[in-house]
Amino acid sequence: MIDLIAQHPIYAALIALGTLSIVFGGILGFAAVKFKVEGDPIVEQLDNLLPQTQCGQCGYPGCKPYAEAIANGDAINKCPPGGQATINTIAALLDVEAPSLDEEHGAELDIPRVAIIREDECIGCTKCIQACPMDAILGAAKQMHTVIADECTGCDLCVEPCPTDCIDMVPLETTLGEWKWNLPEPSKNIAMNLIASDKQPRRAGQGERKEGEAA
Amino acid sequence: MSYSASSMRKVFDIPGGVHPPESKEQSLQLPLGPVLLPQRVVLPLSQHIGAPAKAIVAVGEKVRTGQLIAEPQGLFSVGLHASISGTVSAIEDRPIPHTSGMNAECIVIESDGLDEWVALDECEDYTALERDALMAKIRTAGLAGMGGAGFPSAIKLNPRADDNIDTLIINGTECEPYITADDTLMREQADAVIQGTLLLAHLLGDPSTVLIGVEDNKPTAITALKKAAAAIEGQCNIEIVDFPTKYPSGGEKQLIQILTGIEVGSGDIPASLGIVCHNVGTAVAAWEAVRYGRPLISRITTVVGEALDTQRNVEVRIGTLISEVLEQNGFNADEAARLIMGGPMMGFALQDADVPIVKTSNCILAPSKQEMPEPPPAQACIRCGMCAEACPASLLPQQLFWYSQSEDYDRLQAHNLMDCIECGACSFVCPSNIPLVQYYRASKGAIKQAAVDKQKSDRSRERFEFRQARLDKAEAEKEAKRQARKQAAAEAKKLAAEKKEQELLHPTATPVAAEPTAAAPAVVADPEAEKAKLERALSSAQNRLDKARDRVDNAEPERRDKMAARVKEAELKVLDAQNKLEQFNSADSTDPVDAAIARAKAALPPQAKLKSNIETLQKRMTIAADKLSIAKTEGAATVDALQTGLDKMQGKIAKLQQELIDLGPEPALEVTIKAEATPDPAAAAIERAKAKAVANANMSPADKLHDQIASIEKRIAKTTEKVAVARAEGSGTADALQLGLDKMTAKLNKARADLCELEPELQHKSALKDEPASEPDAASAAIAKAKAKAAATATMSPEEKLRDQITSMQTRIVKTTAKVTAARAEGSDITDALQLGLDKMTAKLEKAKSDLAELSN
Repeated sequence: MIDLIAQHPIYAALIALGTLSIVFGGILGFAAVKFKVEGDPIVEQLDNLLPQTQCGQCGYPGCKPYAEAIANGDAINKCPPGGQATINTIAALLDVEAPSLDEEHGAELDIPRVAIIREDECIGCTKCIQACPMDAILGAAKQMHTVIADECTGCDLCVEPCPTDCIDMVPLETTLGEWKWNLPEPSKNIAMNLIASDKQPRRAGQGERKEGEAA
Repeated sequence: MSYSASSMRKVFDIPGGVHPPESKEQSLQLPLGPVLLPQRVVLPLSQHIGAPAKAIVAVGEKVRTGQLIAEPQGLFSVGLHASISGTVSAIEDRPIPHTSGMNAECIVIESDGLDEWVALDECEDYTALERDALMAKIRTAGLAGMGGAGFPSAIKLNPRADDNIDTLIINGTECEPYITADDTLMREQADAVIQGTLLLAHLLGDPSTVLIGVEDNKPTAITALKKAAAAIEGQCNIEIVDFPTKYPSGGEKQLIQILTGIEVGSGDIPASLGIVCHNVGTAVAAWEAVRYGRPLISRITTVVGEALDTQRNVEVRIGTLISEVLEQNGFNADEAARLIMGGPMMGFALQDADVPIVKTSNCILAPSKQEMPEPPPAQACIRCGMCAEACPASLLPQQLFWYSQSEDYDRLQAHNLMDCIECGACSFVCPSNIPLVQYYRASKGAIKQAAVDKQKSDRSRERFEFRQARLDKAEAEKEAKRQARKQAAAEAKKLAAEKKEQELLHPTATPVAAEPTAAAPAVVADPEAEKAKLERALSSAQNRLDKARDRVDNAEPERRDKMAARVKEAELKVLDAQNKLEQFNSADSTDPVDAAIARAKAALPPQAKLKSNIETLQKRMTIAADKLSIAKTEGAATVDALQTGLDKMQGKIAKLQQELIDLGPEPALEVTIKAEATPDPAAAAIERAKAKAVANANMSPADKLHDQIASIEKRIAKTTEKVAVARAEGSGTADALQLGLDKMTAKLNKARADLCELEPELQHKSALKDEPASEPDAASAAIAKAKAKAAATATMSPEEKLRDQITSMQTRIVKTTAKVTAARAEGSDITDALQLGLDKMTAKLEKAKSDLAELSN
């Protein structure tokens, strides 16, 4: 055996390398099957960050399609319900500069809204039920409909099809349990926020992140 | 680490902490004072952490002091009791003492000035009671932690089974400046504190260590407690532990660390370490609830600040408006900088003095402007690090500040923002006067909000995806059905094509074959298989019939009509299947007569079907007419719709009857096309037709034909009359009637022709008279005809036979030619088939003629 290898070093090397490549190829092939990742993980992550209102304001039929579109390179600033906060988190995830919200797709609402049906005006046409992406409207043909406020994402999609215009988008009132403190107003005096070693005064809402990281 | 000055228990130190001016003396100069019974109390339904209580009194109801007026909702909730006697004047949203300054639902009671109590359930010896009974007493007394957070006390007293509680700590620390409510309580009611401690220890299963922790700045209270504890020496080993004053040693986690050296970890609760901590106020309230049955309706509150004439502690009924308390203590509104509920470190500014004292209100601070000036404006953070030194929770306040500013919630959580107890030590030491705690509170709120939003969005996603799946499924089902229909249509087409082919290959010369409905696939490539198929069809049809009958028996009365129609349909199907099978069985038999009988029988269903259709329609019409009359009497809006429906149904019945007549070989039905047709004339007509059919069965074909002709003539006369009337009225039925009339005329002509044909053969009829004619229509006629012919041919010579054949064929050719022309004129589908038949007949005639010529030669 040793003699044979010594006599044909080239062949021996070729055989050894070939064997190794087959073994490792087999291992890699097995790993590829065994540890296969189902779906596109980045789409899942993006979908998790989107607000799931399924309103379609971004131009896609739901949040997941938009997540897929972002994964395929679409702009990340088309989601008014998520607003700047969502844009920021998506930008952080994708490691890109956070753009401001594209106003073409709608303005960001500071207060979440829910749909309320003025029930005595409802004629029971079921059009809003079909339009609701959340199944959040209860009712039957020729029976009054009503919105399950807890399930309503305020997507607006039921307002358009209503033939009697009896659906209002009402801002959600903050309850005592939901109330939270606001951040203190940033001091108006810029000098107050500036120390000698800081180069530039920062504008409110911008550049804070970097400063925070520097600290 | 040091040793307690008076007891020999080792006490520990906490990291950080500050020493703000204590300012406790001014409120301790006067003894505990009462507050006059308020004229009105406002009782918020939520004075605790957890679900708000639910009001169980109505506006206008009289209540007595101590009466339960709102019951807890769920386990994580606390009840509420009337703190004065009087009348419930409102249950509405009122301003409450809350940082937000928002309103919340409150029960408002107007005093009757009597302060009448409900009967209290006293209890001399609580150790005799079961633990459950004791817990029930605590639970119904409306106890919420009186230290400040308002945690439902009953829950804390009911630790999980796997938490072995070995330490009970009663918190008498009261580390916050200005506040002396607990101090006063311990001084004035030391016995009650000790008794309450014993009670809580009893409820927790007598833990081995029972401690009352008091800061060493309250020597009077410590002495009083020790005296009281000595009085019950031997019952339970209560240790009164004093330790150096430092803010915020009164925090639960901080006190535990001071007294036991155990640090409660991030996210842990003390109970998981075997420790339960209660405020002294809670201990006293629990004691009063159990011993005297008195619910929590009053508390000791410190009223302090230089804007007041008298600064002292008062015992005040819960729900008393703060403005009232202040007024009684000489409040000087001009001097006051602001109103604070709680202490200067952790309290919050009140936006309104007309808010009530609640179970957690331990202090009302009304400082003057000199005493507590506006906080100077915040300066930039100079990164001095003093906040980190002061933090009792060992956090990094400066980092948290940066991250809060940049709203970087992930990093905030990574830096354990949630462990911040919001004590304000960092803000206190900050040389730049940055309101650090406010940043942390805002960020905590935002993080909680984000968690709630995330939960909601997950739920939304789930719902959306479920809806999507549901829609997809429905679509798939629809598609599958569509495919099935398509396939069925294709098969039917194929079958029809095959049938046509079969007909071309095996032309049937018998006259009955001309009947289009008799064209069943009588001969196929594999007769056995076909037979099996037919038998299967029959049995399944019968099954369905049985099932339908069962269902009718079980159905509710109002649905029975519908069901009955279904049964009828099923019966017809069975009949159809039977006919087909019979026809098939006779198809390969050599006797052409039998075949003819079978085929004739097969011709049955269309009429029967039509009849049943008519019956169903008439039944529906009666119902509709009933509905219409009801609607009319009620003046309902649906009258028009019902009327149209009724009209349509009448039209349909008329049409069906017409069809039935067209189909039947003799006038089976009277045409009843009255506009307001009720089911009765139609039913009568059916009866008449049936009777006639039976009568016909016993008649000879010729007689039948005579009869038929007569009846047709009669009907033609009637219909002509009707047509005239309809025309005159401009009714829509005129055309239909005219059509019927035309057809009747055609039939009359045909019957006459048949009669002419039949007359010469009458001599043969006598032999056949006793033949039972089971079918009262075309079938029996055809059978009779076929049999007569068979009998006649049997006695004839071949030559005669041929001649006879030729004549009959000639008549048939003439007839068929007429039919073909008629069909052509109408553009009917059967033109081709008829033409084909005609061609064949002509060929046959030629053959018969040549045969005859051969024979005669």
